[in-house]
Amino acid sequence: MIRVKNISYSYGAGERDVLKNISFDAPFGECVGILGNNGAGKSTLITCLCKIRTPTMGRVCVDSRDIHKIKRLEAARLISYVAQKNEISQMTVFDSVLLGRKPYIKLSVSQTDLDICESIIEQVGLSNYRLRYINELSGGEQQKVMLARALVQQPKLLLLDEPTSNLDPKNQHEMLALVRKTALEFKISVFMVLHDISLALRYCDKFLFLKQGEVYKYGNDSIVTKETISDVYDIRGVVVEVNGRKVFAIE
Amino acid sequence: MKTEYAHYIKRKWLALAVLCAAMLCAALLSLSVGAASLPLVEILLVLIGGGEDASHIIIFNVRIPRIVTAVSVGFALAMSGCIMQNVLRNPLASASTLGISQGASFGAAVAIVYFEAGVHVVSGASVTAASPFTVTIFAFIGGISTTILILFLSYRSGANPAAMILAGVAIGAMFMGATALVQYFADDIRVGSIVYWTFGNLGRPGWREIQIMTALNITGFLYFLFNRWNYNAMESGAHTAKSLGVNVDMLILVGMTVSTLISATAIAFVGTINFIGLIAPHIVRKFVGNDYRFLIPCSAFMGATIMIVADIASRMIAAPAVLPIGALTSFLGAPLFLYMIIKKGNMAK
Repeated sequence: MIRVKNISYSYGAGERDVLKNISFDAPFGECVGILGNNGAGKSTLITCLCKIRTPTMGRVCVDSRDIHKIKRLEAARLISYVAQKNEISQMTVFDSVLLGRKPYIKLSVSQTDLDICESIIEQVGLSNYRLRYINELSGGEQQKVMLARALVQQPKLLLLDEPTSNLDPKNQHEMLALVRKTALEFKISVFMVLHDISLALRYCDKFLFLKQGEVYKYGNDSIVTKETISDVYDIRGVVVEVNGRKVFAIE
Repeated sequence: MKTEYAHYIKRKWLALAVLCAAMLCAALLSLSVGAASLPLVEILLVLIGGGEDASHIIIFNVRIPRIVTAVSVGFALAMSGCIMQNVLRNPLASASTLGISQGASFGAAVAIVYFEAGVHVVSGASVTAASPFTVTIFAFIGGISTTILILFLSYRSGANPAAMILAGVAIGAMFMGATALVQYFADDIRVGSIVYWTFGNLGRPGWREIQIMTALNITGFLYFLFNRWNYNAMESGAHTAKSLGVNVDMLILVGMTVSTLISATAIAFVGTINFIGLIAPHIVRKFVGNDYRFLIPCSAFMGATIMIVADIASRMIAAPAVLPIGALTSFLGAPLFLYMIIKKGNMAK
C-alpha cells in the first residue's frame, strides 16, 4: 500500500504552498492518473513522492516505510521516476537502461543485472537499438528507454511525469498498455501525470484531480464527470461511452 | 546478447589499452628527442642500467622528470575537466573556463610583484622566478579561492550548475582584470616574470612537487572511479540521478572541490595550461561515449598523451629553444576544439 499523508510543499521559506495538505492511498498494482491544469502542482507532487523533493510537511509511506526517513539507495529500490524532460546523453540504450540497476550494483555489474535489462529492453521493443546511442533515437524511442530504465529498478512505486508527451498515438497506447501490464504483473503502484483525460480513463484505475495545489477529487472513474472537468480545467466537455469505454470530448 | 554486450565492453577496454599504449609510445619518443637526440638503443641501455654517463644524466635528470610532470599535469587537467563537465552539466566546463587558471595567474602575479618572488635569475637563455615555492603557493591559493568563491555563490543559489558556470566566467574575468592591474603597476622585470610564469613550463617542478601531484591524482582518480555510476546517473539529469539514489548536491560539491584541488595544484606547479581539460574528455567521448567507467581513465590517458606530445612539439619546433607549453596547447587546442564543434554541430551531450 502507498500512503500519502498531509503532504505540503513550498519552494522556499515564506513562499506560498504549491501543495497543500495532500492525502490519498493506493494499493499495489493500481494505476493512478494525476490530472489537473498547468501549475496545479502535479509534477511537484510526483517529485515529493520520491526523494527528489522533501515535503515541508507530511509523510509518504511505501509498504509502511516513510521514504523520506530511509536511505537514498533503499528509496531508489522502492521507487523509480521518469522525468517530464530527460537530459539525453551520448550513452547506448543498454547502458542507459543498466543505470536503473544502480541502486543494486555494488562493485560491478552482475549477470542478473544484465539479464533483467535484456528482458525489459525486449519488452519495450528496443532490442534492435540496444547498442545505439540514445541521442540518435527518436523522442518516442528515448521515452521508451527512460521507461525501461525505471522498470529495471524493480520498484514498488513507479512515478511517471507525462510519459506520453513525445509519443504518437500508437506508441502512447503501447507504452501505457505496457505500464499497466507491468503494474498488474509485478504488483507495482503507478502514479502518472497525464494531460489526456481519455488516455487516463483507458489506462488508470483511479484519478487524482489537483486544483491549485489541493486534492479536488480522488476516486475511480465515477468522479470523471463533465462537472469535475469543468471545475478543474475550466473547459466544457462531455464524458461519453464508446464501445463500452469512457472517453472525454470537448464540446 | 551476452556475447554482443561483452564484445561492446571489450571495445571500451581496447580503447583504454590503446590510449595507455599511445601514452607510453609518446613517452618513449619524448625520451629520445630534444637538444641532444638519443637513439632508442641508447635509451633502452640506460633504462636497464647501461649506456653512457651523459645519456644517463639527460634521461634521469631532465627527460624523465619532464615526462612524469607532463603525465601528472595531463591526468589532473583532463580528469578534472571530465568531472566538471559532468557535475556542472556543461560541456564547456574546465579549469580554464571556470576561472581557476586565471585565479592561479593572479596569485602568481601577486607573489612575483609584492612578495619578492619575481627577482630574476638568468640561466642560459631562460629566465626563472627566484622563489618558485612562493609563486606556487600563491598560484594555488588563487586557483582554489576561485572555486571557493564559485561554490559559495552557487551554494547561495542552491548548488545550481548553471550558476556555477556563470560565477566561474565572472570571477575569471575579475581575476584577469586584477592581474592586468598588478602588471600595470609593476616594473618591466616583474612583468616579464609574470608573463614567463603564465607561459607554462614542465621543467619547473622537482621530484617533491611531482610526488604531491601524483598523490593527489591517485586520490582523485580513486574517488572519481568510486563514483562512476553516480556520474553516469548525472548524465540523465539531476532529478533522475536523485531518483536513482544519488546525493546530487554532495556529488557536485565534492566533485568540484576534488577537481579544483588537483587542477589548481597542477597549474600552480607548471603555470597556465589551457584546453587540455576541455578537449581530452571530448575526444575520448567519441570512442567510449558518456560511460564514466571508461571515460574517466580514458580522459586521463588522453590528457597525459596530449601533454607529452605538446611537450615534444615545444622542444622540436624551434630547437634548441623550448617554446612555452601553455601557448602551444592553446594554439593547437583551440582549432581542434573548433573543428570538433563544426563536426558535431553542437557540443550538447
